[in-house]
Amino acid sequence: MHVAVLVTLVAVGTVVFHFLSPWWWTPIASNWGYIDDTIIITFWVTGVVFVAVVLFIAYCVFRYRYQPERRAAYEPENTKMEWWLTILTALGVVVMLTPGLFVWNQFVSVPEDAMEFEVLGQQWQWAFRFPGKDGKLGTSDSRNINDDNPFGVNPDDPNGRDDVLIEDSELHLPLDRSIKVLLRSIDVLHDFYVPEFRAKMDMVPGAVTFFWFIPTRTGTFDILCFELCGVGHYMMRGSVVVEEESSFQAWLQDQPTFAQSLADAGTGTENVAILVSSGAKATSADTDSVQ
Amino acid sequence: MASVAAETQVVPPTEVADVDLYHPKSWVTKYVFSQDAKVIAIQYSVTAGAIGLVALVLSWIMRLQLGFPDSFSFIDPTDYYQFITMHGMIMVIYLLTALFLGGFGNYLIPLMVGARDMVFPYVNMLSYWVYLGAVLILVASWFVPGGPTGAGWTLYPPQAILSGTPGADGGILLMLISLALFIVGFTMGGLNYVVTVLQARTRGMTLMRMPLTIWGIFTATVLALLAFPALFVGAVMMTLDSVLGTSFFMPTIVELGEQLEYGGGSPLLFQHLFWFFGHPEVYIVALPAFGIVSDLISVHARRNIFGYRMMVWAIVSIGALSFVVWAHHMYVSGMNPWFGFFFATTTLIIAVPTALKVYNWTLTLWKGNIHLTTPMLFAIAFIITFLNGGITGLFLGNVVVDVPLSDTMFVVAHFHMVMGVAPILVVFGAIYHWYPLMTGRMLDEAMGKFHFWVTFLGAYTIFLPIHYLGFLGVPRRYFEMGETTFIPPSAQTLNAFITVVVLIVGVAQLVFLYNMVVSASKGKPAERNPWGATTLEWQTSEFPPGHGNFGEKLPVVYRWAYAYSVPGFEQDFVPQNQPPQSTPSDTGPEDLAVQPAE
Repeated sequence: MHVAVLVTLVAVGTVVFHFLSPWWWTPIASNWGYIDDTIIITFWVTGVVFVAVVLFIAYCVFRYRYQPERRAAYEPENTKMEWWLTILTALGVVVMLTPGLFVWNQFVSVPEDAMEFEVLGQQWQWAFRFPGKDGKLGTSDSRNINDDNPFGVNPDDPNGRDDVLIEDSELHLPLDRSIKVLLRSIDVLHDFYVPEFRAKMDMVPGAVTFFWFIPTRTGTFDILCFELCGVGHYMMRGSVVVEEESSFQAWLQDQPTFAQSLADAGTGTENVAILVSSGAKATSADTDSVQ
Repeated sequence: MASVAAETQVVPPTEVADVDLYHPKSWVTKYVFSQDAKVIAIQYSVTAGAIGLVALVLSWIMRLQLGFPDSFSFIDPTDYYQFITMHGMIMVIYLLTALFLGGFGNYLIPLMVGARDMVFPYVNMLSYWVYLGAVLILVASWFVPGGPTGAGWTLYPPQAILSGTPGADGGILLMLISLALFIVGFTMGGLNYVVTVLQARTRGMTLMRMPLTIWGIFTATVLALLAFPALFVGAVMMTLDSVLGTSFFMPTIVELGEQLEYGGGSPLLFQHLFWFFGHPEVYIVALPAFGIVSDLISVHARRNIFGYRMMVWAIVSIGALSFVVWAHHMYVSGMNPWFGFFFATTTLIIAVPTALKVYNWTLTLWKGNIHLTTPMLFAIAFIITFLNGGITGLFLGNVVVDVPLSDTMFVVAHFHMVMGVAPILVVFGAIYHWYPLMTGRMLDEAMGKFHFWVTFLGAYTIFLPIHYLGFLGVPRRYFEMGETTFIPPSAQTLNAFITVVVLIVGVAQLVFLYNMVVSASKGKPAERNPWGATTLEWQTSEFPPGHGNFGEKLPVVYRWAYAYSVPGFEQDFVPQNQPPQSTPSDTGPEDLAVQPAE
């Protein structure tokens, strides 16, 4: 009897916890609300099954508890019932998978007019590169990386000259524009994630990966690394400021370009950029590096 | 049915008493270098349990850090990453795989199929010592400069062998060598389990009369033999990258300002190899649990497992499908995004036979006659926690839903619930169930019930809220969160609460350990076949089973393993080897379609 009660409480408690939980997804700031919607559909389908099965277990444990005079039924199988259950389950799977794959299709189809920029990841800091007025990012190679060229931009590529380089971890992005985020790592796997954007992709050294999204509300959000990248992984933080197009352009104008950084290096004045880990006030020893 | 005497002119070799069975002469060959699968089973189980306890303690220290981040200065980030790596690798490989296959497999396969021992007893004996060697090499990584690897149990390159990760000097090499040795040992054992099931079943024990425990362990072993090679080659290639400077997995790298000598390699190649092994691996852990829990439920509910044929089909198809879902661990890895469509589909397809099994376990309770013994309680708790964990897998398997959830605590909660909590509940249930067979004594019921309730409700309380931290966006593998703009302070309070529950559940396990040790000598003596089970391990000549298992003559099997509460029989169970009555109602489904000739 008490077993049936406790099993029932597990089912009920789970549902109650779900609805009362203050820990839920952080308010969205991008167009990927469709992912949230798919999660809600999944909760309904699976939630009903979970509660139904657990309550049925509680019922059976109570109703069919051992009695010496009782005989259990002897029914090796019931093919009809099993087929029905199979079909219903398959249906449930289709109900979840279909919207999911539709949204995935959108996720992997970058809009033609998306604005591109690059995130450069390395142990354990973020840096960013925007195409300049020519709208094209210069080619890059990590073999070009040195103190004067921390992004490894190809100095012979004319497209790279006007690339805007941001070496502190504060990124700005314009509101309501499709943005394709190009992800480049120069050492190990990283992952660029802002929970409010709901979109992420690992950064693989030796390749350029990407994802796209549209920022839909202004604000300042945390950037965290979401792929274990060594002992400083938890400290690899940044922040992203989503703002109106005009403010964004103003900020972009203020940032140095690759051509300027080459010029500074040529005259012997090192372009000293202090990398600040702007999101984390971690209490253990700071491992930020000054470049 | 034809009588036994009229049938046989030719007697198959496995039925000849004592042929090829090794008889140990000395204490060393009886208890140390034993070729008896029952002794080997206990060796595997004790070793797996011991190293598992180490991993459990590591998890307590990890939770101390997560629950009270500023309080324990002896835990630094290097330690923390070493702990999570060793905890994960030990639990998945050295505890769960070793326990289910090496422990339960060795003990139950020969007994349940009616064989005297495994078919290659000497190799079986060696397989344990190789496993022990692998464990010792893993432990040795604590004693080399730099300590054990802190690369995460997934050991992804390039970071696993670079200086930003703990253990990049020696720890990672010892880990890779240990894994390679483990795989060698489990190939030796695995060949035993598979060939014994295929070739050494006693007369009358057709494949479709085998208990589901055997189907689960057998299929898991086939998976292991096919999947472990992928991990093996990945380990070899990573060793070469680390030791010889090859670039299997290493692209051009600038490490903390320095250009390294590597180039041209692919980190994704490792991930494909690892997960081609890694996904079947979770079924290597789950399938034996599925099989065992089916038997626990049917014995203690006095009811045949509902839908035995579908259950077998489900185990086999889950095993087969497990080889085509691996890249659901790589949805955000940067692999070609079109793969996401394929792997999401296969992953959600595998949910169908899995759900079937959940329904059939539940339907076995329906119209049963349920003894709420400790094994039954653990079996019921398995259904609930496995259902929960399997369901969260549906979230993660649906590729686009995985995008916000990957690498969050949602994933951690999912795999703990489905692979940590649920199979461990089966392990406990199985131990309470088979302990009388192994020792001739019962485990204490009161301690068992206490152990059960604290473990089940405690573990559920631990892992349910962690899913919601994942929804918030709390990442996994973070030494500490520090300050963020999006995580409320209540999340830290939750972490502290979870840590306290973890420690309580941990202490409850001591009660279980005490019970196991003390009951061996002081437990209530068990009557032979105390649960009234039909399967052959309870029908041995001696109780507990002695050397050779079945005495002079091997049993002959006449029916399936689930003749419980059969109409027309006075007892509510009919052992598999009990000769038939004249009524045709005492056979399994495969015989129902055929009317007996006599």
